[in-house]
Amino acid sequence: MQGSSGWARFRRSESASGLSMIAPPGIYVILLLAVPLFTVLLTSFYTDGVTETGAKAALPILTFENYAEVWTKPIYRVLMWRSLLISLSVTCITVLLAYPIAYFVSFHVAPSKKSLWLFLITIPFWTSYIIRVFLWKVVLGYNGVFSSGLEMVGITDGPMSFLTNGAVAVTVTLAHAYAPFAILPIFVALEKIDRSYLEAGQDLGETKFTTFVRVTLPLSMPGVIAAVLIVFIPTVGDYVTPDLMGGGKLPLIANAIETQMLKLQHRALGSAMAVSAMAIVALVTVLFLILNRRFLRGNSR
Amino acid sequence: MKTVQRKPWGHRAYAIAYLIFLYAPIILLPVFAFNNSVILAFPLEGFTTKWFGEMWADQQMFNALRNSVTVAFSSAAISTILGLFAARASTRFRFPGKGPVVALVMLPLVLPEMILAMSLLVLFLSVGVNLSILTVILGHVLVTTPFAVAILTSAFQSLDRSLEEAAYDLGETPSSTFRLIILPLVMPGIVASFLICFTVSLDEFIISYFLSGTEPMLSAYIYGQFRFPANVPKVMALGTILVLLSVGLLALAEFYRRRGMARTGGKASGGFL
Repeated sequence: MQGSSGWARFRRSESASGLSMIAPPGIYVILLLAVPLFTVLLTSFYTDGVTETGAKAALPILTFENYAEVWTKPIYRVLMWRSLLISLSVTCITVLLAYPIAYFVSFHVAPSKKSLWLFLITIPFWTSYIIRVFLWKVVLGYNGVFSSGLEMVGITDGPMSFLTNGAVAVTVTLAHAYAPFAILPIFVALEKIDRSYLEAGQDLGETKFTTFVRVTLPLSMPGVIAAVLIVFIPTVGDYVTPDLMGGGKLPLIANAIETQMLKLQHRALGSAMAVSAMAIVALVTVLFLILNRRFLRGNSR
Repeated sequence: MKTVQRKPWGHRAYAIAYLIFLYAPIILLPVFAFNNSVILAFPLEGFTTKWFGEMWADQQMFNALRNSVTVAFSSAAISTILGLFAARASTRFRFPGKGPVVALVMLPLVLPEMILAMSLLVLFLSVGVNLSILTVILGHVLVTTPFAVAILTSAFQSLDRSLEEAAYDLGETPSSTFRLIILPLVMPGIVASFLICFTVSLDEFIISYFLSGTEPMLSAYIYGQFRFPANVPKVMALGTILVLLSVGLLALAEFYRRRGMARTGGKASGGFL
């Protein structure tokens, strides 16, 4: 191979094989993910207007006005805060509920039955999301399953609704929808823990509880961090749940984006809202990662 | 080899309560699908199969179903092929820019779907592409490819590299080695990936809603039906069938995934993802 040119040598190298192998999916995501995201960023600086033919469009007149509107109008600030608060509470509840399950499957289920448990946990996730959300409405709604159940047991007398507080209903539904996303990364992290560490801890006089707090929990933190992010980021942009559960009375940022993009056809303003929302999500994510960096550093060794 | 110590009842009780929470809404599907009442509430009003009949007679539903199955089939096929390339590249080769490209391929898994849907809409409108089933497929491939990559990566990882080298030593070319040795070994992974991507695409709502234009899609059809209380039991019947279908497909996918593990000598552990 010594006499060949640099290009011929590159073509036969591992890098070239790898690059040509990654090219089809790589080009696909560049064209249909990176380019669209960049287009949104660009459109967010355009001006919503009307073309010569009378159609509504984002005109290529650069401006900061969309951002000014998104960041100063109280309505958008309320929407953003509400989305963030609901996402954060969903994330906390989902991860707190998921940890014991992941722990149970990893530590107390016989190895031969672990796959079955994981399969059982993931099945509900594979059924239609919209139907699941609607069914929560049936469970929590006026004279719903929950209400009539309580009535039958004799705790309450008469039908009642658990949907009056839209935020609670949205939180419960989202916590259900994202449960497997939280359980799986925590389970994987727990599975990786060398069980002899725990025995060592107990041999050195730690109780079960202190072993958990000082050994198991810190070692499983990478999984918890992954779970937090994988729940938090998509829930900020959830559209179906607030629309169905809140009955349109409790819109979140995604509902506002949909209204601007599809109903009002204000594509520039909608883009600015989306970019702002993603920027806030990115900021929270980075802050969260910085706060937890000591757990991640240990893992990357 | 330390066996599991005495099983604490608290953990087990919590696990069962959690499973009830997970399954509560899904168990209600067949209950209300067979319940002889338009209102979804207890006490039940008696057994009926009329909602299934009503669903079966709904031409709109079949139109939407046909579109959704076309989309699911196409996006599952495309994303499995793209997933094969990505999984092969990331498990077999080292090359510059590998991390960022693979991260970009996996990004839709965490990106809110609303962002994906609207960014594709903005792009298609600015380029002048008409919205149709094709645009939905393009969008769904983005969402399903990360699942394909995850499943196929684990299939390729359990592959013994010495088999490949043995084939080269015996005079096979890279392409014939891939066809004769690697492909049969990862075939179960390919089937599992196809089935999972199909299920994900069939359920997807927001991208279908944004990018389908005037074409009816199953998830958007279901969403629309919830506006009319009289149509809800019919949707429960449809939902029951869809759940059975999904669970069947997943059980099949899991079966193939485990068979693949057994074939390559790996140990079947863990679940999807």
